[in-house]
Amino acid sequence: MSPVIQLDHVWKTYQTADVELHAVRDVSLCIEKGEFVAIMGSSGSGKSTMMNILGCLDRPTRGHYFLDGQDVSTLDRDGLADIRNQKIGFVFQGFNLLTRTSAAENVELPMMYARKSLGTKEMRRRALEALDMVGLSKRSDHHPNQLSGGQQQRVAIARALVNQPALLLADEPTGNLDTRTSIEIMEVFQKLNEQGITIVMVTHEHDIAQYNKRCLVMRDGVVRSDGPVIDRSSARAQREALEAATPAG
Amino acid sequence: MTPLATFNLALRALQRNKMRSTLTMLGIVIGVGAVVAMVGIGNGAKSQVEAQIATLGQNVILIFPGSVATGGVQSGSGGMGTLKLEDAKAIAEEVADVLAVSPGTRVSSQLGYGNQNWATSVNGESPEYFEIRQWDITSGAGFTEQDVRSAAKVAVIGATVARQLFGEEDPIGQIMRVRNVPFQIIGVLRAKGTSVMGSDQDDIVIVPYTTVMKRLSGTTNLRMISVQCASEERTAAVVQNITDLMRQRHRLGPDRENDFMVRSQQEIAEMATATSRVLRLLLGAIASVSLIVGGIGIMNIMLVSVTERTREIGIRIALGAHGADILSQFLIEAVTLSSLGGILGILIGLGTSTLLSRFAGWPTLTSVDAIVVAFLFSAAVGVFFGLYPAKKAAALDPIDALRYE
Repeated sequence: MSPVIQLDHVWKTYQTADVELHAVRDVSLCIEKGEFVAIMGSSGSGKSTMMNILGCLDRPTRGHYFLDGQDVSTLDRDGLADIRNQKIGFVFQGFNLLTRTSAAENVELPMMYARKSLGTKEMRRRALEALDMVGLSKRSDHHPNQLSGGQQQRVAIARALVNQPALLLADEPTGNLDTRTSIEIMEVFQKLNEQGITIVMVTHEHDIAQYNKRCLVMRDGVVRSDGPVIDRSSARAQREALEAATPAG
Repeated sequence: MTPLATFNLALRALQRNKMRSTLTMLGIVIGVGAVVAMVGIGNGAKSQVEAQIATLGQNVILIFPGSVATGGVQSGSGGMGTLKLEDAKAIAEEVADVLAVSPGTRVSSQLGYGNQNWATSVNGESPEYFEIRQWDITSGAGFTEQDVRSAAKVAVIGATVARQLFGEEDPIGQIMRVRNVPFQIIGVLRAKGTSVMGSDQDDIVIVPYTTVMKRLSGTTNLRMISVQCASEERTAAVVQNITDLMRQRHRLGPDRENDFMVRSQQEIAEMATATSRVLRLLLGAIASVSLIVGGIGIMNIMLVSVTERTREIGIRIALGAHGADILSQFLIEAVTLSSLGGILGILIGLGTSTLLSRFAGWPTLTSVDAIVVAFLFSAAVGVFFGLYPAKKAAALDPIDALRYE
């Protein structure tokens, strides 16, 4: 079986007025199904560019990117849109939910843009199923402004899952959340990973990277280190410990 | 995304900014309303003129005396008696496709009946005149060839004269005085209303032309010859034949101008409707300008909307929306806005023309064509002015759009 992500000598070069800026330099990388990878690095390290390429929002300048066995580095705008719709689930730092649209409708959005259209009832059923996976089935009618940050991020995760993508891509998913909510969100990710979903997340927080199975560190557009996470944290255990420390009520 | 889903999306986006949508729509409402009302007024004026022209009769050709130069002195139109009774007879006998001819003479006179009196024109015509003008006699009867031959003192009067002289009384059989000559009234004409020129056509007395010539004016000059042509298609040929005949009869050489004028009903109609056509064009142009201004309003608000919703667009593109999805979303929004404005504008335009005709007494006529065109035009305004903002939205880069604050 082909790996979920295979980067083959990928470069991303930005042409400024008189200098060429290499945001990603000759990165080759392989991520198999079921992996849970953190991409770390300080700002300017190229991790955001990397994220955009992995998310098919941007094309590499040179090299090839195989997503789920398909070379996506040569696709046009609409071709990439279809790949994003079918193969990738996005979770953003700022949640990026549509305001004034209910949670269920937000989750339905990727299905609306699927080339193979489903009936409204089927879409709603799948949306509720996805919301149930993140523990929010009771709040499907709520609008984002009626939900807490953690709940909003869960809706975003449900939205990312609803088209059953090959890859869940998270960009600083806990960046806007407090510690406790971050643990809850990481618990959701760990649970999803246990079900076999491949997750790649970009973060600059070591604590968050500790929940992952594998950690890549980028600097100056190059992957500096790549290895398994040692002494991995369990979000569930931490949450239970927190709940024990602060008695309910 | 299905068209229905896109349409729902557009409706919801418009509902979200009710005030803004309403104000934007107002531009189109006013534009379309103005177009519908203006076209209604223009059509009303046109149909009124046409109705007046129809009162002239059917396929009528009128011949008037023209100006004539005598030793360098040019008389005005109709100044000299260039039309003779013999001309009328010659037209009737020699020109093909002529159904009826009536030689017309006229004197102005004070009429008297009992202690009532009324000044009007007394027209001398032949019995065919009523047929040429398609003028029915509502009570009594017209005069006959016999009356013409004997220069009988009989008169057919118009509705206005009947009202002024006789009031409620039945005029038939009564004797009225015209220049102290007693005339027996034998018929009353159906009311025709005002003419194209605005004069009251019912303010008239019609008597045999011989009676006017022999008993009232003493001249055989004609003021007009009315001719009825067999069909509309033959009118032009008949006009030409009459002109040729008249030139020949009046012995006009090739270098001499006509001393008479021949006018067909179509020509008169065209002259009369020319002004109303210009009026209609002008009104339509002004209304169209307001429609374009309304369109610019839509474009403006759509551009604002695209900028405001940059992030939303970014999310949609990131989640797999094609450029075409975004394009149609915003385009449908603009078209919905303009079409809705168009429908409201049509209603308001119809209301305005109804009010104008009811309270201001202006004749208005709204046609289905005008309404359909107004609606399609408003939708087209939405497409035209919505396309640029929609294209702008569809071309957004998802990375930049997602970063947009």
